[in-house]
Amino acid sequence: MPRINIAGNAVKKFTHGESALDVEANTFGRLILELDRRFPGLGRQVEESMAIAIDGEIYQDAYHAPLKAESEIWLIPKIAGG
Amino acid sequence: MSQHHVSATVNGEPVEFLCEPQETLLDVLRDRLNLTGSKEGCGSGDCGACSVVVDGRLMCSCLMLGAEAEGRAIETIESLAQGDRLHPLQQRFLEHAALQCGFCTPGFLVAAKALLDRNPNPTESEARYWLAGNLCRCTGYDKIIRAVMDAAADLRK
Amino acid sequence: MAYENLKVVGTRPIRPDGVDKVTGRAQFGADMTMPGQLVGKMKRSPHAHARILRIDATKALALPGVKAVVTAADFPDIPDEMAFVGEGPMNFRDLSCNCMARDKALYEGHAVAAVAATTAAIADEAVALIDIAYEVLPHVIDVEAAMAEDAPLLHPRMITQGVQPAPTKPSNIAKKMVFALGDIAQGFKDAEVIVQRKYTTKPVHQAYIEPHACIAAASSDGQAQIFSSSQGQFMIRAYVAKLLGIDISNIRVTPAEIGGGFGGKTLVYLEPVALALSKKCGRPVKMVMSREEVFKASGPTSGGAVEVKIGAKKDGTITAAEATLKYQAGAFAGSPVGPGCMAAFAMYDLKNVTITGYDVVSNRPKVAAYRAPGAPISTFGVESCIDELARKIGMDPIAFRAKNAAKNGTKAAYGPTFKDIGYVETLEAARKHPHYQQPLGKNQGRGVASGFWFNIGGESSAAVHINEDGTAVVVEGCPDIGGSRASMAMMAAEVLGLPIERVRPVIADTSSVGYSFLTGGSRVTFATGMAVTQAAEQAVVELRKRAAVTWDIPVDDIAWADGKAHPIGASAGKFPPLSLGEIALKSARTGGPIGGKAQINAQGAAPGYGTHVCDVEVDLETGHVTILRYTAVQDVGRAIHPSYVEGQIQGGVAQGIGWALNEEYIYDKDGRLENAGFLDYRVPVCSDLPMIEAVVVEVPNPRHPFGVKGVGEVPIVPPMAAVANAIYDAIGVRMPDLPISPPRLRAAIDRRAEAAE
Repeated sequence: MPRINIAGNAVKKFTHGESALDVEANTFGRLILELDRRFPGLGRQVEESMAIAIDGEIYQDAYHAPLKAESEIWLIPKIAGG
Repeated sequence: MSQHHVSATVNGEPVEFLCEPQETLLDVLRDRLNLTGSKEGCGSGDCGACSVVVDGRLMCSCLMLGAEAEGRAIETIESLAQGDRLHPLQQRFLEHAALQCGFCTPGFLVAAKALLDRNPNPTESEARYWLAGNLCRCTGYDKIIRAVMDAAADLRK
Repeated sequence: MAYENLKVVGTRPIRPDGVDKVTGRAQFGADMTMPGQLVGKMKRSPHAHARILRIDATKALALPGVKAVVTAADFPDIPDEMAFVGEGPMNFRDLSCNCMARDKALYEGHAVAAVAATTAAIADEAVALIDIAYEVLPHVIDVEAAMAEDAPLLHPRMITQGVQPAPTKPSNIAKKMVFALGDIAQGFKDAEVIVQRKYTTKPVHQAYIEPHACIAAASSDGQAQIFSSSQGQFMIRAYVAKLLGIDISNIRVTPAEIGGGFGGKTLVYLEPVALALSKKCGRPVKMVMSREEVFKASGPTSGGAVEVKIGAKKDGTITAAEATLKYQAGAFAGSPVGPGCMAAFAMYDLKNVTITGYDVVSNRPKVAAYRAPGAPISTFGVESCIDELARKIGMDPIAFRAKNAAKNGTKAAYGPTFKDIGYVETLEAARKHPHYQQPLGKNQGRGVASGFWFNIGGESSAAVHINEDGTAVVVEGCPDIGGSRASMAMMAAEVLGLPIERVRPVIADTSSVGYSFLTGGSRVTFATGMAVTQAAEQAVVELRKRAAVTWDIPVDDIAWADGKAHPIGASAGKFPPLSLGEIALKSARTGGPIGGKAQINAQGAAPGYGTHVCDVEVDLETGHVTILRYTAVQDVGRAIHPSYVEGQIQGGVAQGIGWALNEEYIYDKDGRLENAGFLDYRVPVCSDLPMIEAVVVEVPNPRHPFGVKGVGEVPIVPPMAAVANAIYDAIGVRMPDLPISPPRLRAAIDRRAEAAE
């Protein structure tokens, strides 16, 4: 089961302060659904405001991003630019 | 509000136009004569994007009234190329990639030509100080100066 | 990475839009006219903070030549809604209120009404005739003043997010963010040397030379045309649709050439208002900002306060790092403090780090993105502190950075592990560069600083069409700010095997190309380049199929090289190669028009790093700083068109130097901007700068077919610290507050002399 690390404190109010969760999900799309099931509202918040880094590669707005149990997975705030 | 009737020479051609008292020469060039190559960047003579040559003198057209053009000879960016032959300054700007967004480029070309008309062999420092009245926010000026120096060498041949 | 032995990529052809730009023919936002157009002008608040009690436009409407007046009442009342549609999370209610004030004016220059009239003079007169009653309120601008207990409140219901439990009282602090790794208490205990300092920066503007400009034309059947200078025609379309409640398919936005953006043109100011005016009177309305309006009403970036504390062992190993960032967001929440926090220490391998950030509203324009938003401010603090720490330990600044450098496999302060990065390579190139060995004279000094930016991917669409004569057209949807359309043509030409002159790029309007995210985030060469490459590859697949049909052999027996189909495998040698032109000529008979398209959400953008070396000379009498020499090294992945890559680096450096030495917003005691023009908002001019040497390092990004990493934003991140560090090296005066303008430096020199007495 992939371990999902969460950077920053923006979603701590949903996760009751937790910043690392084990979630049964093999894609980012599945992850959002699972997060919403466990912590209502969290999935939507993550989908709208966070990107996911899988083994150092950043995916932004990508339901298909693959999650493996042995991957290093971090949810980080979405990046814009100028 | 009565308008002024003005006769002048623009890019070697006689022109006549009407303009309101408060219209600047830049407004007239862009809105009355459809010569939109000269740009408004600031309206206060600080950025040089509106540079034109009036009776042989480099000027910010936003600082001159349209009515003041009466009887004068005005040259804009549109007169730099001869038909489809680019001026060496224009050619060197392209080769050196001396433009990124291109908005300040007409002003720089007019000002640079005015420099080389006066001083065909400027040093880098002379070129930089002459062009200090033209702002560029994209390039950091490096490639612009290289293009001007190369064009100066072209013209001296 | 798919492509090697490159023939076009990496060369320096003349850009295809170049002749139009050097002859003045190119059409920027204000160069377009439409028949029957009116001139639109904005009425703006003269107060930094005020309640709008009453707006009376009767006299204005009675003026002959005035055709329409709009206020917030003409805009739908949008609920609070967060969406990520443009650059950064956007609250559409905030955006609507920023375009046209509702109930309150939140900064001097905030739009409160707008007029459309037959001439500019009449529009100006009408603006003056609009009668507005204000209740002036106390205002606050400075970020720390806005955080104070008793500060005037901009939004009565603003409760700080990111604090558990949530505060009961509203404040101007929109958000608090914390990123933490390891144990900094222990880390500081382990440190043998610690440097701690507070740094401040003043708000600055992107200062693009072209003011915002657009024409909007509404027709009575609900459709609309907009011609606008922006960083994204699809962004304009989406925002206008949202703000005015129009179907997206009813709006067609044509991108003008754009005279600079740097992030400042990634949102709307004029377009919704111009269209609202046009809808009211049935004629096109052209709106162009004056330079004063650009400074007063368009989004500059934050001013900030940055506290940094770094501890290290005597051998130079950093044991702990801590930073607290406070950024102004302007009138509405949304400063770039988040990326500022994440980028701050991204150059270093840290086991123990805590970064805290505050997003704070205050009575000045809503901030907009400015080239690597957030990073220059926090990096100024961090890289100045690193410099001080290295000196205290007695280590060379490049060696100190190399000892702690982020490499592949290093964990970022915000969590993920870095891969395919080229930071160490930039340090090495800087160290080896002759600049680093050049001797310095009296009152001259050398400063080093590094920087990082994430770079993004995102959605891009592209099409490649093969013309009947074997030339090609590339259609894409990202405005060209710095030469990118040339790079698109080059990548397509490389894939097709055509010379660059036979591939012409077009930047299409929103109805003529698929959705493309805007030009920004250093994304175009990466993401749109990826789409263009895929579209060209699809065209090649089709070309091979047509050759297969022509020769009646299996398509697997056909290879594409040098712009020709070659029979290979079992069919090798059976036919002379077929050129692209020959295949194109017969396209109708072999199946129809030939082309390819791609519509992607590009993932795999890789971050960029830069290391800068700056030499200065200080005039002790005047406090004036001369930049003697500047070398900027940057990992760009792969330079598609090296001249324009160098140009991005040089331009970013110049902006950073301006930010360091002269640029700032100066407010009077009533919160009014005193320097809203280029005379007193002093950007670098030609004579302020030397040649800027851009050194390109290439550590390719394996997830892009040509190895591209974004380029445009990294170069603005290091210069402020590089300049401040150079000043310290020259005269021993540490300047933690920007800008380091002559009066400030002179005062610091005087204070040092007094302290010595």
